[in-house]
Formats: sequence, structure tokens, C-alpha cells
Amino acid sequence: MAKITPRDGEQACEREPAPELFPLGDTAVTIRFATAIGDAASRRVRALDAYLLSRPLPGMIEAVPAYAALTVFYDPPAVRAFAAAAAVAGLAAERGGGEYRRRTAADTIGALLLEAAAASMECGISAAGAVLREVEIPVCYGGAFGPDLAEVAAHCGLSADDVVRLHTEAAYTVDMIGFVPGFPYMSGLPPALAAPRRETPRAAVPAGAVGIGGAQTGVYPLATPGGWQLIGRTPLRLFRPEHNQPSLLAPGDRVRFAAIGEAAFAELARREEQAAHASTDRLAGGTAP
Amino acid sequence: MIAVIEPGLRSALQDAGRFGYRRIGVPASGAADAAALRAANLLVGNAPGAACIETTLRGPTLRFAEDALVALTGAPLAARIDSDGPLPHAAPFFVRAGATLTLGGAARGLRGCVAVAGGFAAPAPLGSRSVYAPAGLGRPLAAGDVLSLGAPSASAQRLLRRLREGAGDAAWAAAGWRAAADLAGPAGSAAGGAPVRVRVVPGRELVLFAPASREALFAGAYAVTPQADRMGCRLRGEPLLLAQPLELVSEAVAPGTVQVPPDGQPIVLLADCQTTGGYPRIAHVAAVDLPLVAQAPPGSRLAFEPIGMEEADRLHARRERDFALLAAALEARMRQ
Repeated sequence: MAKITPRDGEQACEREPAPELFPLGDTAVTIRFATAIGDAASRRVRALDAYLLSRPLPGMIEAVPAYAALTVFYDPPAVRAFAAAAAVAGLAAERGGGEYRRRTAADTIGALLLEAAAASMECGISAAGAVLREVEIPVCYGGAFGPDLAEVAAHCGLSADDVVRLHTEAAYTVDMIGFVPGFPYMSGLPPALAAPRRETPRAAVPAGAVGIGGAQTGVYPLATPGGWQLIGRTPLRLFRPEHNQPSLLAPGDRVRFAAIGEAAFAELARREEQAAHASTDRLAGGTAP
Repeated sequence: MIAVIEPGLRSALQDAGRFGYRRIGVPASGAADAAALRAANLLVGNAPGAACIETTLRGPTLRFAEDALVALTGAPLAARIDSDGPLPHAAPFFVRAGATLTLGGAARGLRGCVAVAGGFAAPAPLGSRSVYAPAGLGRPLAAGDVLSLGAPSASAQRLLRRLREGAGDAAWAAAGWRAAADLAGPAGSAAGGAPVRVRVVPGRELVLFAPASREALFAGAYAVTPQADRMGCRLRGEPLLLAQPLELVSEAVAPGTVQVPPDGQPIVLLADCQTTGGYPRIAHVAAVDLPLVAQAPPGSRLAFEPIGMEEADRLHARRERDFALLAAALEARMRQ
């Protein structure tokens, strides 16, 4: 389902606006590259994310990449300990004049984050070794699987078949994962398919539901409340806690939807359910929660 | 082993949290009151982030199949062993095999924390025992569940033996000392009581709110609504309105973030909060005061007080020192 292809390596060094830093409370700092969604900012987020995965900052707990910003969660005592040690060791003078003995842990992490962002964008580094995954998501459109397909078609002035054709012809990019486990925020919906959210959100949208909300399309990984128009459903599980990579999709992935019939849906759903059951047994460990 | 006779309301295992998976939308989870978790574990000689049972409003009824050392922190629950009690809060006590621990309602606060020496030997999907049921990462306790225990630390075993010897025929016996209330239990959030002071650092969008709203946030108190769960504590009070409409690009949010949806009623995000969001962030609760929000029951009120990042750091450092002192003092007592 997921095939790996090398990313096109030609990526020029561009002049980018200076990133901004914001504390997200007293245990996280956000570095923001742009105030709007765009390819340049998205690339910088992914480059910094890849850099931090291989070279985590002192005291860093984890990084959360988003559309145009990345947030680092940190352990304040560990960051303070680093800042104190760096000052003693004269690291401040050694590393580009950077001053780590800041007033707050957030200042220290911010300074380190700016350095990492600059290093991650040095020409060639961000493209090296990066791979592009293409993921095909089978979808059974319409009927009980996509109860809003007719409404979307009517809104867009298209036939239901046209909606399915346009939705499966387009190539989408996963910009970020968030909201709930495995939920992909994707760009690339053909403008002709943009449709407003439902006036009253559904109390329960089934796992695998494929929807359109404004200019976005996405797949609900878990049964949750949801306000998007549902045009179909995939039998694939987008969140698999037993897996090495629990999220089927990752930022940067290219996604295509493929129309399948009810029989294929049933067969794929059966296989996915078997995998899920195996995982539930393992995760639950018998009677303990 | 411990058998769950009656689960209480939404009782579930929580540890220090699940880290490294927020990038794929998995919330950090972990005990909503992180201080209560840490204190409870230290009291029974566990690692500070070991899994405990987190209770909500009302606790479970548990039957012990083996001798155990137990501590209760967080919201003080009415607690009995068989029909004998009340049991002390924030103090380790010995429970004899065959005894039944019944945890009732909370006089104040919202969430209790039950630590058992050795911790719970439950599976740890994605590296944590914290239950996050929506994604199939564990589930709340149910009647009939059997919880396996790990091996208590050497000092916990010593204290357990000492308490058992002193217990005679009794089904339980408590140590004669306890942890300080500011670490182990909430300062006193009760429905209808005086507002609880909660210190916050500014959020990025604070300056984009109307001046009157910026004043209102710190002037009055905000009431905790019944729509408060582990994802967030929804508040009601003077509406907080932006000076101009604003479209934000989704990015990370965190437990403690005070976000303001279009209706102007703020929500303090808690342990199970979604990983990303697009509402304006008017403030963030200082990490040391987040337990106060987690312990605020519906009907209680919060009064926000602004502090700077330096002050937040200083408070955090002092809390760390307090916990280090508690850990050292407890270790010394257990070794006696």
C-alpha cells in the first residue's frame, strides 16, 4: 500500500523570513515560520523536525510539527541544568556566540531551537535522505458508506460520479497529524469539491469515514463526533497502536484515494479487524485494563 | 493481585504520561494531577512516575489478594478498610491480604490517586500505562478486573513489614506521618467555595483580545461547568472576545493552555487534550498550578492571576526542590 520513492533532490537555498519564537506555557516553546499555510514553511517544519529527531535538544521531551510551526516540549529542570553546565564550560562562547544561560528555560530552548532551525536549512541537508511515501487509501463511496455524497454533489453542481472521479483523481499532501490519533490534515482537495461543514455536527462519525470540510478533505481514524460531510469510508485503520508506526500516515506523505466496491470493502475490513483483534489482546493483556 | 469489586466513576490507570507520540495526534495523557501522582508514588517507595489508579468524584472498591502498602493522594476520598476507617490521606498504610478497600466520594477536589507499592503490572501500549480509551490504549477499570502488582522497592518492603508487625490482628495499619498537603492534595477546591487562585503566563494571542476582555480574565472568577473532563475544563464567566476576528493556523496546544472558542468561554486543556488546535490561546496555566485546575469540581471557581515566565520557572524549581526533599525524607523514614 505504501511505496517509497526518493524525493526530488533539487531544492534551492531560498531566502526565508526569520522564524518567531513563542512560549507555549512554561514547558513548551513554539517556533513559527509563517502565519499562513504554505509549501515553504511546511518544508522548513519538516526539515527541523527531521533534524531534531536525530539531534534532540538538551531537556527536550518531544517535538510536534504542524503546518507552519513546530513545538518542542521540554523538562525545565533538565534545561536549567544544561544552561548552567553550558555556562560553566564556556559553551556559550564556543557555539556561535550563543548565550545559553538565559533568564528562563524557555529562552534557552528558544535559542537552541533557532540554531537547530538554521542548521536544518543549510543547503542540501533537508533534502538529503528524505523519502517521499505515496499511500493509496481505498474508499467505498456513497450509500451507507458516504451518506452526504448526494448533498455534496448537489452543492457543487456535480453528479455523484463526478465527485468520486475528482476526489480519486487528485493527489493530496499530508501537512500534519493532529486533533486525534492518526488524523491527517491534508491539502490538495480540488476547489470544485469544497463544501461547507454540516450545520449540526454528527454525534458519532464511524472510524474510517472520509469527509469534506470546507476546502479540506480527511479521514476520521476513530469514531468521534464530527462536522464534515461524509462522502465515503475506508476499511483501513489509520491508527494502529500495536504497530511500530502507529499512524498510517505521516507529514509529507502523498495520498491518493481509490474507489472500491462493497465486496472489496468487506474483505479489507475483515483483514483489518483481525489485525486489530490481535492487537487488542496484546494491549489488554487478558483482564487487566 | 487486586480485584476490582466496583469500579467507581471512570477510574483508570494513569502514569506520568505517554511521550513521543503527540506528533501523530496521541495525547500525552497521564495523571491529570501530576503532583498527586508523584506524591502517592513516593509515599509507597515507587518511581515517581509509576502507574496509579486515578479516580473521579467517587473511588472504586478493591479487594486485596496479597499484603500491600497503599497511599491515597489528590482529592481526599472517604476511605475504609472492610468497615473500619477513616484511612489517613497522604500517608502510607498497610493492607492485609483478604481486606477490602472502599473509596467513596471526595469532600473537596475531584480526582483521587491510589498508589500501591510495586506499581501495577499492566501492559504499556506506546510506552505508557496511561489509559486513553478513545484510541484503544487501555480502558477504565471494570468490575471483575484483576490488577497484578509489581515488586515493591526494598524500603517499601521494610515499611510494609514494620506496619504489619504493629498491626496485630487488624486488617490495616498506617504510618504515623504524612506528606505535606500542598504536594499531596489540592489546596481546597470545593463547589460553591471561594475561588481558587490559579497562576498563568500570557498566551500568544492575549494581546489580540479586547482590552475589556483582558481585564475580565484577571478581574473576576470563572466557574467550572459540568462539561469538564480529562480533555479540558470548560469554564463560564465574563465572555472573552477578540478585538478583531482572527483565523489561526492549527498548531500544538498543551495541557494548561487556556483557549477561547468563538463563544468567548475559556477552556483549560488537561492531560487528554487534543495535540493541536486553532483557537486563540489567551494564557497558559503555570505547570505548578495545573493540579489545582485538574482538582476543580463543577461549581467551583477559578481566579486567574498573571505571572511572568521567570516567576513560573522559579515556582517550578521550588516545587522540584520540595519533591526532592519529600523523596529524601520518605526514604529515610522507610529505612528506619
